[in-house]
Amino acid sequence: MRTGAYLRRLAVAGAGALLVPQLGAQTVAITGATVYPVSGPKIERGTVVIRDGRIAAVGAGVPIPAGAERIDATGRWVTPGLVHTGTDLGIRLLRTGGSRETREDSLAGDIKAAFNVADAIDPAALTLPVARLQGITSTLAVPSTGLIPGQGAFFDLAGERVADLVAKSPAVMVIDFSESAKASAGGSRGAVLQKLRRVFRDALEYDRRRDEFRRGQIQPLAAGAEDLEALRPVLRGELPVLAIANRRRDIEAALDLAQEFGLRLVVQGGAEAWQAAAQLARARVAVVVEPLTDVPRFDALAPRLDNATLLRAAGVMVALAQRDDAHFRNLRQAAGNAVRNGMTWEDALRAVTLGPAEVAGVADRYGSLEPGKVANLVVWSGDPFEFSSRAERVFIRGRQVPPVSRQTELLERYRTLPPAY
Amino acid sequence: MLVAACAGASVVGPAPSTDRPQFASTYQRRSHPPVLIRDATVLTAAGPELAKASVLFADGRIVAVGSDVAAPADAVVVDGTGKFVTPGLIDTHSHLGVYAAPATSAEADGNEATRPVTAEVWAEHSFWPQDPQIPLAVAGGVTVIQVLPGSANLIGGRSAVLRLVPARIVQEMKYPGAPYGLKMACGENPKRVYEKTGPSTRMGNVAGYRAAFIEAERYGAKWDRWRKHRTGDPPDRDLRLETLAGVLRGDILVHNHCYRADEMAQMIDLAREFGFRIRSFHHAVEAYKIADILAREGIASSVWSDWWGFKMESFDGIPENAALLEQAGAIAIIHSDSEDGIQRLNQEAAKAMHAGRQAGIAVSREQAIRWITRNPAWALGIEHSTGTLEPGKAADVVVWSGDPFSVYSKAEQVYNEGRPVFDRSQPNRQWRTDFNLGTGEPGVGR
Repeated sequence: MRTGAYLRRLAVAGAGALLVPQLGAQTVAITGATVYPVSGPKIERGTVVIRDGRIAAVGAGVPIPAGAERIDATGRWVTPGLVHTGTDLGIRLLRTGGSRETREDSLAGDIKAAFNVADAIDPAALTLPVARLQGITSTLAVPSTGLIPGQGAFFDLAGERVADLVAKSPAVMVIDFSESAKASAGGSRGAVLQKLRRVFRDALEYDRRRDEFRRGQIQPLAAGAEDLEALRPVLRGELPVLAIANRRRDIEAALDLAQEFGLRLVVQGGAEAWQAAAQLARARVAVVVEPLTDVPRFDALAPRLDNATLLRAAGVMVALAQRDDAHFRNLRQAAGNAVRNGMTWEDALRAVTLGPAEVAGVADRYGSLEPGKVANLVVWSGDPFEFSSRAERVFIRGRQVPPVSRQTELLERYRTLPPAY
Repeated sequence: MLVAACAGASVVGPAPSTDRPQFASTYQRRSHPPVLIRDATVLTAAGPELAKASVLFADGRIVAVGSDVAAPADAVVVDGTGKFVTPGLIDTHSHLGVYAAPATSAEADGNEATRPVTAEVWAEHSFWPQDPQIPLAVAGGVTVIQVLPGSANLIGGRSAVLRLVPARIVQEMKYPGAPYGLKMACGENPKRVYEKTGPSTRMGNVAGYRAAFIEAERYGAKWDRWRKHRTGDPPDRDLRLETLAGVLRGDILVHNHCYRADEMAQMIDLAREFGFRIRSFHHAVEAYKIADILAREGIASSVWSDWWGFKMESFDGIPENAALLEQAGAIAIIHSDSEDGIQRLNQEAAKAMHAGRQAGIAVSREQAIRWITRNPAWALGIEHSTGTLEPGKAADVVVWSGDPFSVYSKAEQVYNEGRPVFDRSQPNRQWRTDFNLGTGEPGVGR
């Protein structure tokens, strides 16, 4: 009870910080920076003009509109805001001792296709300001646990109400093909596929015979009507499947199932994806790689740090992501390590901006600095992947977010001891 | 072995087992020709950063560090142009080998979670030298680790200080002469694990430590009395109390998992009550709140760079923790507690250093390198023989492709007491544990 009240108070304080009115015009011109639009080559001494939450112009020698707020970014680097994939930002905090009170990302049961995490996001979640300080401006947040954990949603990491920050919902249907799904299916990888096939067939059946279903003139189906209904866009190839799979065999099983049922597929994890690179390239299936994964498990006995590099070399589209115990703050470290292990810097930048926007199906609005796109961008003191660099200014939907979090407040409180309370 | 030759002694029983070796180290340094690394930037962890300097080592010892070092005729010469040289990295908090990959329940050997006080268990008796996580840590420049029991218990057992060299048995990895550590844990974990039988509260935790050390005081005194005269039967051995009595004598160093500032203060008082010293708090995410107290007490803080919020007692973690400790004159250490983090301790230290700098706290590379070398050596009680690049110390040396505080740099060569244990340019000669066989190409992707 007390913890809950405390968290709520903090949440209100966090929201308060966000409500600081944005001074100045709605038009902002960032000038003099090295601009990495991702959609095109880098621009030296470039200008980015933001108007009404969108990018209005990008280039060298772009005219600056009258009345625009000017930000001199000489010597700075400007990139699109980083996009993190497969996170629990906004839907989960504590892992133990209080996890129930701070966890919204998981339901009981095995088939939860109708569950959408967008309905669970808390715009005041304490993780969001922490991630923003590292230049992360949006995320594909996903549900967890079960064979079909549910629907993921893509949202911006700033906004007062859920409706203000969600950009695409649902963005993906999460389906688990890995070790962690086995228990939900009865204990074997074979049963995972068997159960998924039955659920998919029943979803098609339900779609064809919903009247009979309502009248009860149909055999019991493998999932509830709501969940079967939610699978409809998946089986029409409209809503992509984010397939959690690490073992080569599981990746191939997901590819086969996708072909059988006409699914659009993205692989999440893919620790052994480098072994299936040619098939993934042929099927045009993207992989969300965690580039720091190299410890063997029976789920994947052959992970390697240059997984992303090998996949790119085979022509596979890659997004980078990384789970970490600092609440998904270390995406740029993950990207830096991908470069350390052979990926080109440009590929790595794409894999934390436009790549994940493609995975979430929002590349028309996110992931690059192009006129008309949502103005999520970061002014960095230097190379965004280096620890020595800092996100100096972070813009989300055209507004600069205050560089504060609960942690910056703790720092200031304890910077000199004893603290002044 | 001991013969009762002493005339006039009344009754001398058989020598007790305490007089015999107990799981002695059989580690042996492997001989290797001298090595001279030339023209590198050298972070010695013992003084200023040296540009265009050389490091010479022979017979497992550092011979010379500086700008004017001549190579003996038989030396292997390494061109260090553009490269950095540091001491081997040391992790005060690892569960490699006791929570080995592939992480099945069959290898979950780190927590004897059957009673709140299990001072009788020794981590080395769980350690599996074929853990495939070990070579991954070596590829990250780590030469020495402390393997700890987990944190389920108030008092979890003895640690082992190991050299990360290929070995069939743990005895061949045990750092000769390193004192044992004792793992203790505060806060959420013990009270969660023993919720039903107790302790189930933080006050229950403290009562549990006190009860154990009260017993240990009595036990230690009994043995001290017997040892003085060695007459009559020795007292009954009790492994649990033997370890705790070792702490009270100062032979065993206390490593205390403790997140919160207020709990660390309670543990400092507990140590005061029983007359021992805590060597290092671990996971001390709130150390920055009492950096002044920790500096005054001379207790090291083993911390992550930026973990926070995964449990309530880690709620207040901030990335400036290590920098604030450094600023206060306290002993900061970056530890891993992770099979992933241990591969990139240099990156974790880099994050902590730059978080400090970005907050206006001046931290130099000279200072930050100590967080993963000299300071952990001190916490493990092996600072006289490793942790810095100074003549006479063990040749635990890493050659980095560039600034170790850059995300792009890699450990290229790692020497453990002068023996090359990792060479990035020789993938086919990189150490693979038995478990790695049959699972892919050697040396991939490190």
